[in-house]
Amino acid sequence: MEKAVINSIMPGVELIYVHTDKFKTGHLSVNLLLQLDKSSAAKNALIMHVLRRGCKRLPDLKSISDELDRLYGATIDPVVRTIGEIQCVGFSSNFADDRYLPGEESILEKVVSLTAELLLDPATRGGLLKADYVRSERDNLCDAIRSEMSDKRTYSFMRLKEIMFSGEAYGTDRNGSLKSAERIAQIALTKHYKAILATAPIKIFYCGGADLERITEAVLNAFSTLPRGEIDLSAGTEIRVECGEPRFVTETMDVTQGKLTMGFRLGEVMYSPDYASIAVFNAVFGGGVTSKLFMNVRERMSLCYYASSVTDRFKGVMFVISGVEFDKYETARDEILAQLRACAEGDISEGELSSAISSLVNSVRAMEDSVSSLDAYYLAHSIDGLTYSPSEYALLIGEITREDVVRVAKSVRLDCVYFLRGEEKEVAE
Amino acid sequence: MTCKEYPELGEKIYSEVLDNGLAVFVMPKQDYVKTFAAFATRYGGSDCRFKLGDEFVETPEGIAHFLEHKMFDMPDGSDAMTALSALGASPNAFTGPDSTCYIFSCTDNLEQSLRVLLSYVTTPYFTDASVAKEQGIIGQEIRMCEDSPSHVVYENLLKAMYAEHPVRISVPGTVESIAKITPQTLYDCHKVFYNPSNMVLAVAGRVDPEAVIAAAREVVTAEAGDVPVRDTGFSEGPFVSESKTVREMDVSIPNYMIGIKLDPDPAGGEALFRQNLLAELAMDYLAGPSSPLYIRLYEQGVINDSFGFGVEEEAGALFAYISAEGDNGGDVAAELVKEARALASTGGDAEYFDGLKKSAIGGTLRMLNSPESCCMLMVNGYFYGYEAMSELDVINSFAVSDVLGFLKENVIPEKMTVSVIEPVKKVNA
Repeated sequence: MEKAVINSIMPGVELIYVHTDKFKTGHLSVNLLLQLDKSSAAKNALIMHVLRRGCKRLPDLKSISDELDRLYGATIDPVVRTIGEIQCVGFSSNFADDRYLPGEESILEKVVSLTAELLLDPATRGGLLKADYVRSERDNLCDAIRSEMSDKRTYSFMRLKEIMFSGEAYGTDRNGSLKSAERIAQIALTKHYKAILATAPIKIFYCGGADLERITEAVLNAFSTLPRGEIDLSAGTEIRVECGEPRFVTETMDVTQGKLTMGFRLGEVMYSPDYASIAVFNAVFGGGVTSKLFMNVRERMSLCYYASSVTDRFKGVMFVISGVEFDKYETARDEILAQLRACAEGDISEGELSSAISSLVNSVRAMEDSVSSLDAYYLAHSIDGLTYSPSEYALLIGEITREDVVRVAKSVRLDCVYFLRGEEKEVAE
Repeated sequence: MTCKEYPELGEKIYSEVLDNGLAVFVMPKQDYVKTFAAFATRYGGSDCRFKLGDEFVETPEGIAHFLEHKMFDMPDGSDAMTALSALGASPNAFTGPDSTCYIFSCTDNLEQSLRVLLSYVTTPYFTDASVAKEQGIIGQEIRMCEDSPSHVVYENLLKAMYAEHPVRISVPGTVESIAKITPQTLYDCHKVFYNPSNMVLAVAGRVDPEAVIAAAREVVTAEAGDVPVRDTGFSEGPFVSESKTVREMDVSIPNYMIGIKLDPDPAGGEALFRQNLLAELAMDYLAGPSSPLYIRLYEQGVINDSFGFGVEEEAGALFAYISAEGDNGGDVAAELVKEARALASTGGDAEYFDGLKKSAIGGTLRMLNSPESCCMLMVNGYFYGYEAMSELDVINSFAVSDVLGFLKENVIPEKMTVSVIEPVKKVNA
């Protein structure tokens, strides 16, 4: 696959272009980069859902849906995600490549243009976003936040983040909090929309068969009315290397299985982070089916169905999640910590290291076969100013040694443990 | 080896049935980095009662899924999960109501990985100790499912729709039922269902079809067996067993599924495939994102974008469903019935219907982007006996009158069940 080409095409607007003929559909995402903050997160998320309800030319859901059907089932959906403490909001479109359409039809320009219209040219009344759209999408956003909390694994993870990052933006969910979402009003939202549209840096990602010239022209035409003020380039992620004594929190709910969630800081390695080392450490410790957590907590001790770790290199943190019987909480927690110690002490076999590396190399290279993976990969890497492709990143991973992994493991510190258990067998801690 | 070309979709499928009955399908995608392989047997959670020798035997609920977990153990003490990971492949497996599928994806060492896959799935090895260990792990998997509202709402829907059909059996079983599993029951089930005549291998991605067929011929040396005879000792009427089922869980938002029980065409194969696609098109016409009903309910705030529909064909059972969040599943079911009746009394909206057909093109192209989806398409096409790549042709052969006839016949209260998850009603002290 060809390497991404990254061009600045308008003030504060970057086009990330990946050419390939292997997909039968083209993919475009438009992302506004904003500082994650509990006072604005819900508003930023809500705006995209309100805009998706109608633009001037197609002012309601029916006319948009009919148009997307006519565009051979093209999709244009709101996207709200976080990369470290940067909140990225916008639209993601996917549409049939011209090669597979009947006759001489060509839809790329139409889809790019509709995506831009939804973002830039909303249906308004009296200059404000329409009140009924704001009200109904606000209710939907509140439901979406409640819905995430219904899954007890997600709920436990959200609680851990709230507790561990109480004074940091990272504790804020991508959709904001229920409390802040409930309070959003139409006038404030319209103002906020105009402000972020003028000031947010924008990254546009395209992957597909169109050549660079054609997509650049389509984007420039479609976004010609994008207002550009002084671009706010300050969004970033605060890394805390230190943490105090670990905190242990247990809460109860009507669950049949205990949900164990543990939060760690990656520590001093974050002074000059080597992402490939961090990724390999995670794969050895808890990232997959050959990891220490899978082989010991699940296979050897039969304590759980899942026990895995995930790192966020932007924030310099790691999380471990598992589901265990209520009375196995201490056993599971202590075993997880013991496995982390084993990594730090260099107790890593040749097989463990090489399996971790080859699995990771496989999954990184395989990103080139999925547009959504490429989108997420290049968006994150370009925020860091990194331009290497997944296959180049895979080469870096292949060079990681046991010493690199041990260096990361030694630096990791436990910050917070959250356990959600059933109500009947309540035990004081 | 035969090769079928689908020029309008830009794909080719190579296939061969080996002398021992093993079917092999390959869809090369040479510009992909990765290859995805699926080795599947027609044996799932619904197959608890089947013929062994001359007699019908009963096996514990959850045994097909248990067997899936245990297949990774090899007689020499190694485990296939580790072996595949060491080769850089990402292995996994899953069990449905009527099939068990062993999969991996890789970007390197394809032929070696393929040999490991074919070998471990056809090599049974179980001991008392390994069975006991797995009872602990699967016990936790079952607990995890019991805490998941989306899992519970689906299981309850099947139990309420079907009085006797074995599709109502929970795929992982219960903690009590899996306690009855012994190495011998696992060996018996493996012998009956894991014979080459009951299995299929499908591979998609960067792959040489000749090499796949050669590997299959070399590794799967078992002789052809009998295609197993399943339980037919149940009778299932056309109407649902219960029209409503409610469960309280500790959720922050209620959710529901509406099932519409369909009478599968006894001819099976292509006839059933047609019926399935007609059901999907009709559900799209009735309640898809551009349907007047969807738009009206969305704009009234009755539904939000969690609302979705689908059609499932499992173990000879066929049903359509709606799945959504909210506390108004009963009202939505009533709206569906009313709307279906109203639509059936019209001549249909030809322009809207054409839009839906156009939209199907984009959906099919998106699906073909994914090697995983391509493999499952080939597996299901083979097991159910239809030409999977003909989907768009079949859809184009329908007239709006077919859709209206379907709605009139099937979207009626007698064939519908509503399964609801409600928040626990807390008693204030």
